[in-house]
Amino acid sequence: MDYFKNDLSSLHAGLLNKDFSAQELTAETFEQIKARDQKIESFLTLNEQQALAAAKKVDEKGITDADKLAGIPVGIKDNIVTKGLKTTAASKILGNFKPIYDATVMEKLHAAKMINVGKLNLDEFAMGGSTENSAYKITKNAWNQTKVPGGSSGGPAAAVASGQLLAALGTDTGGSIRQPAAFNGIVGVKPTYGRVSRYGVIAFGSSLDQVGPMTRSVKDNALMLSAIAGHDKHDFTTSEREVPDFTAKLDGDIKGMRIGVPKEFMDQGVADDVREAIKNAIKTYEKLGATVEEVSLPYSKYGVPVYYIIASSEASSNLQRYDGIRYGFRADDVKNLEDVYVRSRSEGFGDEVKRRIMLGTFSLSAGTYDAYFKKAAQVRTLICQDFSNVFENYDLILAPTTTSTAFGIGEEINDPVTMYMNDILTIPVNLAGLPGMSLPAGFSNGLPIGMQLIAPQFGEETMYRAGYAFEQATDFYKEVPTIGGEN
Amino acid sequence: MAITADEVKHVAQLAKLEFTDAELQMFAGQMDDIIKMVQQLSKVDTTGVPVTSTVAEAKNVMREDKAIKGTERETLMHNVPQKDRGFVKVPAIIDESEEG
Repeated sequence: MDYFKNDLSSLHAGLLNKDFSAQELTAETFEQIKARDQKIESFLTLNEQQALAAAKKVDEKGITDADKLAGIPVGIKDNIVTKGLKTTAASKILGNFKPIYDATVMEKLHAAKMINVGKLNLDEFAMGGSTENSAYKITKNAWNQTKVPGGSSGGPAAAVASGQLLAALGTDTGGSIRQPAAFNGIVGVKPTYGRVSRYGVIAFGSSLDQVGPMTRSVKDNALMLSAIAGHDKHDFTTSEREVPDFTAKLDGDIKGMRIGVPKEFMDQGVADDVREAIKNAIKTYEKLGATVEEVSLPYSKYGVPVYYIIASSEASSNLQRYDGIRYGFRADDVKNLEDVYVRSRSEGFGDEVKRRIMLGTFSLSAGTYDAYFKKAAQVRTLICQDFSNVFENYDLILAPTTTSTAFGIGEEINDPVTMYMNDILTIPVNLAGLPGMSLPAGFSNGLPIGMQLIAPQFGEETMYRAGYAFEQATDFYKEVPTIGGEN
Repeated sequence: MAITADEVKHVAQLAKLEFTDAELQMFAGQMDDIIKMVQQLSKVDTTGVPVTSTVAEAKNVMREDKAIKGTERETLMHNVPQKDRGFVKVPAIIDESEEG
């Protein structure tokens, strides 16, 4: 099965016509993963036996036209808990952790009869922008294996981009779906905060985290979001709004759409090749009948410091639960209970996770709380207001996803501040809880460039509609990488 | 310096982490860079600006106070690293080597 020549709809049609069975499709997917992932190293755990058993069940029960995703393989970022299947968050501290329940998004995928083929690599606890912070392996960019795949959802992005899967679930706290999607030339969506349940998603920054789909096309992405979105009694921050069929309005017609381009997102911090691609995208949108104008988000330049204080503070609190007592890694040779905590945490967490816990603990401690945490939470309000002001007059915001194309493995890992600044264009979207999408907008030196579309809260339909129109007009998404001479 | 090695050590204690001297040097340097970066927020006038702590739509969610069956004990104990007769086993809270 050549995933570069198919989409979710064509697989569904093939299964429906009995051109191939779900078992055949699943078995072939594993063959492909085993061949390609030697180079890419995107998977942490394969779920082969259970996946083949699940596919057999789908075949036995039969597929109807309404089962759009039934029998189709999917990959899951390894910070989403899967019942009975090892879930590590790419951390040593969860190296032996087998969850006793499924995340709500997993229950929804099971209800849609998708086949979970395995767990994908990430930066430890989703903290990082290169997947180099994984305790287990370094995933490679699908287009150039000396480059990072981005992060933290580097595993899902590289697996989809290298044709091992058509769909994967990632998580996005400050850009962790959109940035790797941009670096790998695929479509990644961070939904509105509250659109998708976080129940069973290993918590990092609880006021920012969202699960979202990573796919090769906009339509596939919309299909996936329709399957995982919705209110969940286990997550009180999920919205009770009805979930529309996100594929319903993908007709390519965006005449009269008002698009704003923030001047702060196109300044000297953005590499020339990226800015050029976005300028071309603006022309494409104008040709399609949209009005595109420059707008301003003056406080967005403070997004990175606000984010690192808030996300790290929430992380320092969320990660207190890893104490070596009830689950996860426990250090050997300890003298007393305090030792279990300190040694298990010090041996179990990697450096980046420790840095964030330290920054968060510092920001929340007596004497610094007002100057750091409270200040950041106030500036967050100003960033939210910036977006509200723009959306009074515009339907959508268009910007680059990243300031450059993928950087080299090992290039930035020892310089945390430089690494943090990579997220400058994606972070404000999480702070304001808005939906954001990255989709392919061109290439430079053989590496993909990502364009970001940002909509008002719960405006995913507008975002998908605009993304689909661009995709149909440009075809960048049809470009595929050469993986080890396989294509 | 925005933060000293001693302050880093204090924060590590609060966070239940410990570092070797070499690690402490590295973390103090990196924390210093990070804190300098976040200190640019002090330039923003936030007089009278409320804090944003959530961007969720619902602020308070109520549910019926109804007893429901919990998870089986055996299932809950599944990932416990050391257990004994159905209990979680931990070392002594008081360090036995520090008598007196």
